[in-house]
Amino acid sequence: MAAAARFTVVGGGLAGLMTTIKLAEAGHQVDVLSLVPVKRSHSVCAQGGINGAVNTKGEGDHPDIHVKDTLRGGDFLAEQVSVKGMCYAAPGIIYLLDRMGVTFNRTSEGLLDFRRFGGTLHHRTAFAGATTGQQLLYALDEQVRRYESEGKVTKYEYWEWLGTVKDEGGRVIGSVAVDLRTMEIRTFPAEAVCLATGGPGIVFGRSTNSIINTGTAAGRAYMEGAIYANGEFIQVHPTSIPGEDKLRLMSESVRGEGGRVWVPRKKGDTRNPRDIPESERFYFLEEKYPKYKNLVPRDVATREIFMVCRDLGMGIGGKDGVYLDVTHIPAKTLDAKIKGVMEIYEKFVGDDPRVTPMVIFPGMHYSMGGLYVRFEADSRTQTPLEGSPVNQSTNIPGLYATGEADYAFHGANRLGANSLLSCIYSGMIGGPAMAAYAKNNATSAAAMPEKYFQSAKKYWEDRFATIKAMNGAENPYALAKELGDIMTENCTVVRYNDRLKKTVEKIRELKSRWKNVNVLDTGNVANRALSYTNQLWNMLELGEVIATSALLRDESRGAHYKPEFSLPEPKTKDPREDADWMSLWRKRHEKWAKTTIAKHAEQGPQISYEEISTPVLDPEPRWYA
Amino acid sequence: MDTAQASAVTTKTVTFRIWRQDDPNKPGHFDEFKVPYTKGANVISCLMEIQRNPVTVEGKRVPPVIWDAACLEEVCGSCAMNINGRVRMACSALIDKLEQPITLEPMSKFPVVRDLSVDRERMFNALKRVKGWIPVDGTHNLGPGPRQSPKDQSVMYVLSTCITCGSCLEACPQVTIDNDFMGAAAISQARLFNMHPTGKMQSEERVRSLMGPGGIQDCGKAQNCVKVCPKEIPLTTSIAVMNREVTKLMIKDIFFKEEEQKSHGGPG
Repeated sequence: MAAAARFTVVGGGLAGLMTTIKLAEAGHQVDVLSLVPVKRSHSVCAQGGINGAVNTKGEGDHPDIHVKDTLRGGDFLAEQVSVKGMCYAAPGIIYLLDRMGVTFNRTSEGLLDFRRFGGTLHHRTAFAGATTGQQLLYALDEQVRRYESEGKVTKYEYWEWLGTVKDEGGRVIGSVAVDLRTMEIRTFPAEAVCLATGGPGIVFGRSTNSIINTGTAAGRAYMEGAIYANGEFIQVHPTSIPGEDKLRLMSESVRGEGGRVWVPRKKGDTRNPRDIPESERFYFLEEKYPKYKNLVPRDVATREIFMVCRDLGMGIGGKDGVYLDVTHIPAKTLDAKIKGVMEIYEKFVGDDPRVTPMVIFPGMHYSMGGLYVRFEADSRTQTPLEGSPVNQSTNIPGLYATGEADYAFHGANRLGANSLLSCIYSGMIGGPAMAAYAKNNATSAAAMPEKYFQSAKKYWEDRFATIKAMNGAENPYALAKELGDIMTENCTVVRYNDRLKKTVEKIRELKSRWKNVNVLDTGNVANRALSYTNQLWNMLELGEVIATSALLRDESRGAHYKPEFSLPEPKTKDPREDADWMSLWRKRHEKWAKTTIAKHAEQGPQISYEEISTPVLDPEPRWYA
Repeated sequence: MDTAQASAVTTKTVTFRIWRQDDPNKPGHFDEFKVPYTKGANVISCLMEIQRNPVTVEGKRVPPVIWDAACLEEVCGSCAMNINGRVRMACSALIDKLEQPITLEPMSKFPVVRDLSVDRERMFNALKRVKGWIPVDGTHNLGPGPRQSPKDQSVMYVLSTCITCGSCLEACPQVTIDNDFMGAAAISQARLFNMHPTGKMQSEERVRSLMGPGGIQDCGKAQNCVKVCPKEIPLTTSIAVMNREVTKLMIKDIFFKEEEQKSHGGPG
């Protein structure tokens, strides 16, 4: 490899941009492929903040406590070495972002301010109003623009990654992509390729995700042999506003700043919420979880809200929906700390949440699972070894994954404000890993025979020509809606095996109907329907992975909840004091505390399980009461 | 809701007139669509409905409309377009608050890619011109950044919420599709970085970038930008602040030139 090599990063969100910055900073050339101008990537939607045990509040916070909260929050399914590395790097990452000019909220002393978030008892979340993701993305976007103006980074915006170029040995030596404006298909030779392509929210139709988050790249990588891990672990955010086009997130920071969740004690109470006295309000999270109150982890809060509405029938007006109330907090405080979400509610619902309690319901939000990646542990610290080419590498040589697209950091449930952190951290170790990998390769990708690139390009030109000629009876957007509806119905908060079986069957039916699609558009410029029809197939593949993985995991863990296979409630408040329950827990844990591994096959995903090593923390029962 | 009401709701429709242009170099036309009304619908949810059934009121099957969108909550900046003749974000344009037929047209100050999708490259180029970044020494750990007062933070935060949607350029009479005026967004970003304790160190460079062709002097003070900004950024204040900085620098330049000439033309 030459001193300055060429790499491709796919995706311009936080993970992709941090991967890019690390490579450019080391003197390499980076091609960034992005569906949209990178400044419009989905990271902008993250609201609440970024976690780091900076401990400025005199609470004795420490990265070790952050590690424990994260592993426990993920019910011991996360990759432990990477989690420890992330939590230890977190304070430095926040400082770095601060140096880059992120407009973090400040204390009166001019220091960074921190707020509470779910699944922890510490003030650990740095924030910039309630648009922290936007502010972080802009900071990295600005740094990348600086490298772009110095000629180290080339952005290919409105380009869609289609697949890899591999040599005979299966090593990735580049990518194929399509220009979404001119529809030109070309190859991008690269010493290594990183997929920082985010999550699969749109597989669920409506979610809190941007409409570009179809998961298409991860789906395609899976079809090309990359392992997809823990697909069944889908985070449903407790508080979103249902909408026709999407579910709009109401940040966890609303509760972090004191927001309270309640329903009227009396079923079908039609009074204006402001007229219902305190004593007639059911603060169900505070009653059941006196320690964490409204800041229990997301999977717990989501299930409680869901059950209050569906099982107890206590939703507002007998429908899906509970109050998220901030009317007791001074409007000035709300505007200083969470104005961004206050405005979203005002604009899209029409009520002012400063005076009228918001009505919210859980909505699909995040995928803990993703492309399987590995790490090399530093034996002294049990954190990812600095500069190791193994970190963030998929099972396909030369293919890396960072950010939400990888499976590693969050286990069975992600803690709020850990996603911005994992995006940036995975980029910080992913970039150097790619450079180290390239250094160890005897032959540069650029020196590889042209035939590999030509045949990959031809494959995609042929595939797009075939799709462009499809003139069947099915509308691809209507098929996607059917997929989204059934995934939301059966693969979110509560899961039953009979319904999951039907979901898998339905996805197979959709796959066969895909072959009868009408591409709708035969234009040669910005033909979105053409690219979308190709994406839709990859979405169906991912949907099948998610539903099959959920079907086969017969237990409840984190976001994956099956009433038929849940452990009974322990008889003691601290479950460790209930010996019978502990033996049940141990049995379940031994059987299921494993990473779900999905491999692609024509007949459907092949699922197996991999043991999780626990060098950082021994698993224990997870409870928050 | 009784059945009579329910059927009344489902038969209610929303009418759209949407600009269609297959190619930047071809002439365009309007297509008219009717979509079923749903409560809480916005322009984007209706465009999605048209994707699932791209048939005009004349019953003609046409390609789905092309438009830019991503987050649908006014934070990515993608979906700015002219709605009933006024530039705004399509995601927050609620149907209940719009007069029908709803006319959708692409922004006019940027080249059309297709239909409602435009190329806003000039805005990103302007951010390069004003050096809209903090030149950090590196991404290694160098400890915390400079302390800042909550008051400064609250001003900078608002400036930093600019989503580069292009509304301010679209509304500006001085910006045309073929001139190079940078517009309010980039000027306001220069102000943001010049306020930052580290960014201040390059303030002269940024102020200079606002001088010359396409720079701040092209502003005609129409004040349209601030009225259409979906993020309510005080753009005219930013322009005024930066105008003052430019003037100060120009005076300094003249003064130094005179000083220089004096020193060069000393007693010979």
